[in-house]
Amino acid sequence: MTNTLLMRTVAHKGARMTFGSLKGVAVATALTMALATSSAHAAGGGVTVEAQDWSFSGVTGHFDKAQLQRGFQVYKEVCSSCHGLKFLHWRNLGETGGPGFSEAEVKALAAAAEVQDGPDDEGEMFDRPGLPSDSMGSPFANDAAARASNNGALPPDLSLIAKARGVTRPGLPIAPLNWLRDIISGDETGGADYLYGLLTGYPENPPEGFVLSEGMNYNTVYEGHQIAMAAPLSDDAVEYSDGTPQTLQQHAKDVTAFLMWAAEPKLEERKSLGIRVMLYLLILSALLYLTKRSLWSRLKH
Amino acid sequence: MSHESTYQPKPGLERWMDDRLPIVRMGADFLAMPTPRNLNYFYTFGGILTFCLIVQLVTGIVLAMHYKPSAAEAFASVEHIMRDVNWGWLLRYTHAVGASMFFIAVYIHIARGMYYGSYKQPREILWILGVLIFLLMMATAFMGYTLVWGQMSFWGVTVITNLFSAIPFVGESIVQWLWGNFAVADSTLNRFFALHYLLPFAILGCVGLHIWALHVTGSNNPQGVEVKSGSDTLPFHPYYTVKDMFALAVFCIVFAWFVFQVPNYLGHTDNYNQANPLSTPAHIVPEWYFLPFYAILRAIPDKLGGVIAMFGSIAILFFLPWLDRSRIKSAKYRPMYKWFFWLFAFVVCCLGYLGAKPAEGIYVTLSQLCTAYYFAHFLIILPFLGIIEKPGNVPVSITESVLGKDGAGGTPDGAAAAPETR
Repeated sequence: MTNTLLMRTVAHKGARMTFGSLKGVAVATALTMALATSSAHAAGGGVTVEAQDWSFSGVTGHFDKAQLQRGFQVYKEVCSSCHGLKFLHWRNLGETGGPGFSEAEVKALAAAAEVQDGPDDEGEMFDRPGLPSDSMGSPFANDAAARASNNGALPPDLSLIAKARGVTRPGLPIAPLNWLRDIISGDETGGADYLYGLLTGYPENPPEGFVLSEGMNYNTVYEGHQIAMAAPLSDDAVEYSDGTPQTLQQHAKDVTAFLMWAAEPKLEERKSLGIRVMLYLLILSALLYLTKRSLWSRLKH
Repeated sequence: MSHESTYQPKPGLERWMDDRLPIVRMGADFLAMPTPRNLNYFYTFGGILTFCLIVQLVTGIVLAMHYKPSAAEAFASVEHIMRDVNWGWLLRYTHAVGASMFFIAVYIHIARGMYYGSYKQPREILWILGVLIFLLMMATAFMGYTLVWGQMSFWGVTVITNLFSAIPFVGESIVQWLWGNFAVADSTLNRFFALHYLLPFAILGCVGLHIWALHVTGSNNPQGVEVKSGSDTLPFHPYYTVKDMFALAVFCIVFAWFVFQVPNYLGHTDNYNQANPLSTPAHIVPEWYFLPFYAILRAIPDKLGGVIAMFGSIAILFFLPWLDRSRIKSAKYRPMYKWFFWLFAFVVCCLGYLGAKPAEGIYVTLSQLCTAYYFAHFLIILPFLGIIEKPGNVPVSITESVLGKDGAGGTPDGAAAAPETR
């Protein structure tokens, strides 16, 4: 099952057609691209990926605790061997609006990580078990070390990845209508759709005629379709304890939700406060309008 | 304030104070300002802009207490604010969205001034101060965006500061002087932070002058007819304070929607990647409010020419009061200008759209056409329109336009007179 619906494939097909139809297709593609990517500035990405259902989408957006816990498990067992979460601290895992691990669980998770501290009284650095106040850090000492163990590629830190990537929503023909739709729906899940598309976007074989560089993998979503990261997830990659189906799609969804929380840990607080602020402002506006009307009713105007 | 003072201090402390520092009188006269009775909701954006400035100042000062202006720490300190500072996410999102809201409001405010001819005699200085505030806002917003130290921050500032290298002979030296280095670096970020903190107070000062000038000439109005008698005006308070407050509350609904629902919609995803001098983004785009000017910059194939066109497109606004030769203020009574105004507004929107597109193919041609039209509007259309346009029937007075000829003829009824005694 490929969940990705790529505008770019349209262009590939066009290139294989006869010269006569090529021009028409090119013009049509250019037009479609121009219209569909009209919000590219805001969305930031050039790819069009199928939108997924996310609990954190829209005005009432919130996180599913169980999903965040499963997502953290996927991160810990799979992603964390190459990717760090340097802007997160272990304590965040127990905070409200997050995966909601208990204090003891957070302590145990932190303690499992070895942290270099120091210097001590003798001026020596030493290793100690992690504390909840420690950063979740990176699996590598520095970028050079990360590149050295990854064939020259640098695995990006994932703290903000869900906000640092975007997609272009398939568009209505007039750009401002797209903008309005995205603004009014309170949709900020473009990055999540991108990550899900990327994690599930590894076909068994690249399309015929596509030349892959040495050590690279084909991905339907990644810019240029060549990505250094091999398909990280598959069915049964991680063993869930709560009976959730262990499919590639489920793993991808869970870890994406976790990464969205990692990038925007205050999302729940923000959305719920937002509704209350909105109600307050609506009532205030109504009262001010009535006051205005009553004051101005003394005048002819 | 130039309008007549209506403040009467009570005997005792108020009188004593009034003889020494008439600050209460100043406030009272400020609120009592006789204001044309026919202002519509487009005239509420002055108050809304003042609100925006205060929001930016308050959130900005608190953010500065937690932010670290160094290339090594800036990006992480922003995340620290987002994650660990109490209400830090709200402060930062309000500040970031607030910049966009500020520009939405200022563009409506400027468009309103252009439509109703608010820049014409005797309000030339009022207009010039406004353009100056707009220019300062652009500088402040540009430097503020740098402080995030994301990819777009870094490459945006690299592209824009590099423009100064187009200046003949001294260009390179100026760019290095701006950077404080041979590339955009820690020193650049540090001085931009200092200036980003300083300039809002310069804006505040100019806003003070802007409002002072407004109180000297009085407000323009949708009919574009000057105030002639008491029945043309209402005291600012309570009639316009309440109208402004209602408009502000509605504006806040839009503001809050962005802050709480789509705080990153108006930003760029790439700015959540830390600045990396070794990796250039595929498309470098400025914030949305700069896009029309960015399109003008890129429309000219020559670097120096592009820079001149971009700065010229703002500088030309200073001369608007003298480029528009028509004596009729309001577009309501200018049947031709009305259309040219909307065409101009459309072209500016097109420029904004084109500024977000890659500079290639048809986009370049369209940008050039729109840029040509932008300047033609000021340099050709406005001067000649004043000569060839046949104006419509301008009402004799504001009162007549509001109440009809009968209302204007008789004495203003109780309703209009009542506010004076309140």
